[in-house]
Amino acid sequence: MEPVPSDWIIKVDGFTRKSVRKAVRQRVCQSSSQFAANSSRPATPEISALPQLKDASSTEQHELFMQKLHQCCVMFDFYDTVTDLKSKETKRATLSELVDYVSTNRGVLVEPVYPEITTMVSTNIFRTLPPSENPDFDPEEDEPTLEASWPHMQLVYEFFLRFLENPDFQPNTAKRYIDQKFVLQLLQLFDSEDPREREFLKTVLHRIYGKFLGLRACVRKQINNIFLRYIYETEHFNGVAELLEILGSIINGFALPLKAEHKQFLMKILIPLHTAKGLALFHAQLAYCVVQFIEKDPTLTEVVVRGLLKFWPKTCSQKEVMFLGEIEEILDVIEPTQFKKIQEPLFKQISKCVASPHFQVAERALYFWNNEYILSLIEENNAKILPIMFGNLYRISKEHWNPTIVALVYNVLKTLMEMNGTLFDELTASYKADRQREKKKEQEREELWRKLDELRLQERIAIQNNRHDIQFTFNNNNNNLQDKNENTAAAVTDRIESDSWAK
Amino acid sequence: KNNVNIKEIGPGMAGADSDDSLYPIAVLIDELRNEDVQLRLNSIKKLSTIALALGVERTRTELLPFLTDTIYDEDEVLLALAEQLGNFTMLVGGPEYVHCLLPPLESLATVEETVVRDKAVESLRKISHEHSPVDLEVHFEPLVKRLASGDWFTSRTSACGLFSVCYPRVSSTVKAEIRQHFRTLCSDDTPMVRRAAASKLGEFAKVLELEYVKSDIISLFTALASDEQDSVRLLAVEAGVSIATLLPQEDLEALVMPTLRQAAEDKSWRVRYMVADKFSDLQKAVGPEITKNDLVPAFQNLLKDCEAEVRAAAANKVKEFCENLPEDSRETIIMTHILPCVKELVSDTNQHVKSALASVIMGLSTILGKDNTIEHLLPLFLAQLKDECPEVRLNIISNLDCVNEVIGIRQLSQSLLPAIVELAEDAKWRVRLAIIEYMPLLAGQLGVEFFDEKLNSLCMAWLVDHVYAIREAATCNLMKLVEKFGAEWAQNTIVPKVLGMANDPNYLHRMTTLFCINALSEVCGQEITTKHMLPVVFKMSNDQVANVRFNVAKSLQKIGPVLDSNCLQTEVKPVLEKLASDQDMDVKYFAQEAISGSSTGLFMEKQCALFPLSKKCFRDTWLPKCFVQLFTKQTILLFILTPNLPAEPSCSVYHHLLNLSLGSHI
Repeated sequence: MEPVPSDWIIKVDGFTRKSVRKAVRQRVCQSSSQFAANSSRPATPEISALPQLKDASSTEQHELFMQKLHQCCVMFDFYDTVTDLKSKETKRATLSELVDYVSTNRGVLVEPVYPEITTMVSTNIFRTLPPSENPDFDPEEDEPTLEASWPHMQLVYEFFLRFLENPDFQPNTAKRYIDQKFVLQLLQLFDSEDPREREFLKTVLHRIYGKFLGLRACVRKQINNIFLRYIYETEHFNGVAELLEILGSIINGFALPLKAEHKQFLMKILIPLHTAKGLALFHAQLAYCVVQFIEKDPTLTEVVVRGLLKFWPKTCSQKEVMFLGEIEEILDVIEPTQFKKIQEPLFKQISKCVASPHFQVAERALYFWNNEYILSLIEENNAKILPIMFGNLYRISKEHWNPTIVALVYNVLKTLMEMNGTLFDELTASYKADRQREKKKEQEREELWRKLDELRLQERIAIQNNRHDIQFTFNNNNNNLQDKNENTAAAVTDRIESDSWAK
Repeated sequence: KNNVNIKEIGPGMAGADSDDSLYPIAVLIDELRNEDVQLRLNSIKKLSTIALALGVERTRTELLPFLTDTIYDEDEVLLALAEQLGNFTMLVGGPEYVHCLLPPLESLATVEETVVRDKAVESLRKISHEHSPVDLEVHFEPLVKRLASGDWFTSRTSACGLFSVCYPRVSSTVKAEIRQHFRTLCSDDTPMVRRAAASKLGEFAKVLELEYVKSDIISLFTALASDEQDSVRLLAVEAGVSIATLLPQEDLEALVMPTLRQAAEDKSWRVRYMVADKFSDLQKAVGPEITKNDLVPAFQNLLKDCEAEVRAAAANKVKEFCENLPEDSRETIIMTHILPCVKELVSDTNQHVKSALASVIMGLSTILGKDNTIEHLLPLFLAQLKDECPEVRLNIISNLDCVNEVIGIRQLSQSLLPAIVELAEDAKWRVRLAIIEYMPLLAGQLGVEFFDEKLNSLCMAWLVDHVYAIREAATCNLMKLVEKFGAEWAQNTIVPKVLGMANDPNYLHRMTTLFCINALSEVCGQEITTKHMLPVVFKMSNDQVANVRFNVAKSLQKIGPVLDSNCLQTEVKPVLEKLASDQDMDVKYFAQEAISGSSTGLFMEKQCALFPLSKKCFRDTWLPKCFVQLFTKQTILLFILTPNLPAEPSCSVYHHLLNLSLGSHI
């Protein structure tokens, strides 16, 4: 039996082949997938303008409204900029009239129009999003690909919003049409590259969440699924920030005590979201959500902080700065009792950040000492925090390459000295001895490893001698020599690493 | 609670332990809990050493419970652990005890991080084969069931990959349960689990009895293929192909074809892409009749799809699809159905579609034969040779050999030349590099006269390209050309030009002369080397630039075997001796190297063996890639420069090494 190919998850979305996706945009042919299903259909029927709604008598108005909704279900290919110009304009004008009609008139939302409206909206906005034009799309740098049919689509979104916001709107009637399937399709559209569309979607989803109590659990569940897929499978979804923004207001409304479901959402989804490559795009919204949770229920502080520490970035300084920002936001609202629970692991990390060779990371961490609330927390717990911070601060004050950092560190040291002069003096006095002890410990460790390697070799030889007795499926058995080399090499690199960075 | 023993060993590390062998093991376990992730990771990677030293009994009773308890850790550590445990069977006492490994792996199979989970599943699959049938039912299958009914999606996802390994070896009652569990997961609430189930559906179908394939799998396949999420539907396509291979021909039409047909026309381009991507497998699975009736029109549609991604995937399959068509109707189908689509793709608006087509289109000529190729395909080749996108042209040129067999390359030569010239001067060096690689092939097919007239100047121009990789490839190209056209041709056409460059003001070009001589001396033979090349090399030993001089030493070492011993003694040796007393330490070094001959060569080779290993160590830790290359190269240099490196190197040597790698020396 074959072993599980470890990359099967990648295969789940095997469309990242850069060469293809880097295709230069060719509008004529690369139409939106929306038209794929219709590619074999006869040419788009021409639509002709109907009389204005405002000119119709009140008895005819309803019928005309339905007709217009129906007319707006005809779709046009916007990549083709030459054909159907007249019909496109007619549809645009009709949509615009419909927007006016539902926003200014009362009593127009009678029961029969609900299915018609839902059908019209679904037909116009629900589609498989086309492949991304630019595989390395960097939302911070690159221009997004805009939706070609926006002139119509914008009005459809506008209309749908006005419909949802109409005072006569009856969720009880609408829920037959705006159902789970509808919501699922709506959520999938959040992957759109067009920020204008995502903005509308955000408002639409917010209204739906507000008005359809029965759909709330479903919306949350589907958002969870989107996030989980984003975190663990594809790392690609354009609408994370928008969804988090909605969630921010949803969390705000959670009742206390928090349900287990919501706590699970925090720990299993929001915290792991911090690992995403594209964190910069939605970090503000994410941090807001996390802080909301802590404000709701301070007992969550410990797990949240420990979660963040677990996923602390190891190589990406930019993300590290964001994490520090989020920690500061958390510390701003932390309860002193909660602070005590996390101060040790947290300040070990902060101490590492302060010593970071990347000056922005070091600077961000040192800024904590400008925050009066944090300062008061540190002061209160200085006996615990001072020993954790002192070593790195002292060292950095002597050897950081960046003068700004050195200056900041001096200030921090001064603050700490003022907090607890006695402890500070003790630490200064024992600094050298401590370093030496650490170094000795390190040497001991190395020595022990060396012994261990020897032991391992002996075991190996013993095994090889007994090979006919015990059939070892030891993976390195045949590569003794090579493995030994590898160990030597590893030892060399270890040494280099520790030597060069420790000094 | 089980790890009490080990925890007791831990603190014992500082004090001297009477049992010497326990001493480092205690440390290792202590290291498994070290605060520093990197150290924890190192220890986990050497977990087998621990187990080996503890012996099977204590591994089972102390180490494994300890590991099961420490599952909450960094994912990187967990990944290493999951991998290690897959190879642990012997370390816990052989197949009889292999089930001891299940608890830690079960926990690992439920973590969030995908790579850890996948590795745990991989290890579970591995050790499943080491279970006896009884153990499989008593220990393994209950684990699969627990995972399959786990609360969080991760465990259910992991379960999907385990059904197929235990199914064949359990009793029929348990089999029925497993099928039931799989069914449940296929309609799971979360799309993540449905995706996992869909991706394992084909594999599971393979181990099922045919009656259950028909009764169970087909309905699951149909359901997954019409899932509300396209990410699930597309995975069902692959499963469909596997299922089709399992069914007898007469059942295919009724059981799988409706679903597959629907997938080929799915509204999501991802699903259609998947169909296009798996088309050849599908074709083989369904056989000739269905291919003729169903797949041909489906393939046409995919070639005309509105998404470029789908068209490109389909274009990639053109040759394979045509090759596998039933022989009796192959030509008709290609000519009437496929070729018209192919013609359209030649002028597709998307370059990747064209380039995909260009990489396979030449293969059609062998299928269609000479006349059809000349009449129908040749115009397409010519059109693609003139395409605006270099990749398209390159793909055509790189497949010229297929056409050569059928109609001969001469048919194309008039169009080839401008295409080659343009590619030879392309702004992207990778394109230039690619075309150089086809030069020997083209030269062979076009003949020496055509080459001398049209292509020779290109080959010489590459020698002075501003990119080293191109100059290097150009040197190698010359060697291959001489192999084709002979030494006499070399002496008349290229050797004078190469030697002429020895007087170039640019030292890089002068070095190119040396590199060419290195490459050409052997193919040109002793006479040309001694008479024409050697004097130039000698002259260059007085070059002002040290790099040229030490390359002279290297060249002399290289061409030594071609020369006769008299010449070596009377002419080469004095020059090398002069270089050995050069002012520059590198020149000196390489001259000495050349004098002492091959013994140092061996040394260097030995050190180079370290190269991939040290690279491997670095990659895992903190060094970015390019730095690794620089570093390792410099490491090797250092090893060469310090041949008597002490066995137990002192720190200062490594400081020196670090300085070297940072570019402060040499």
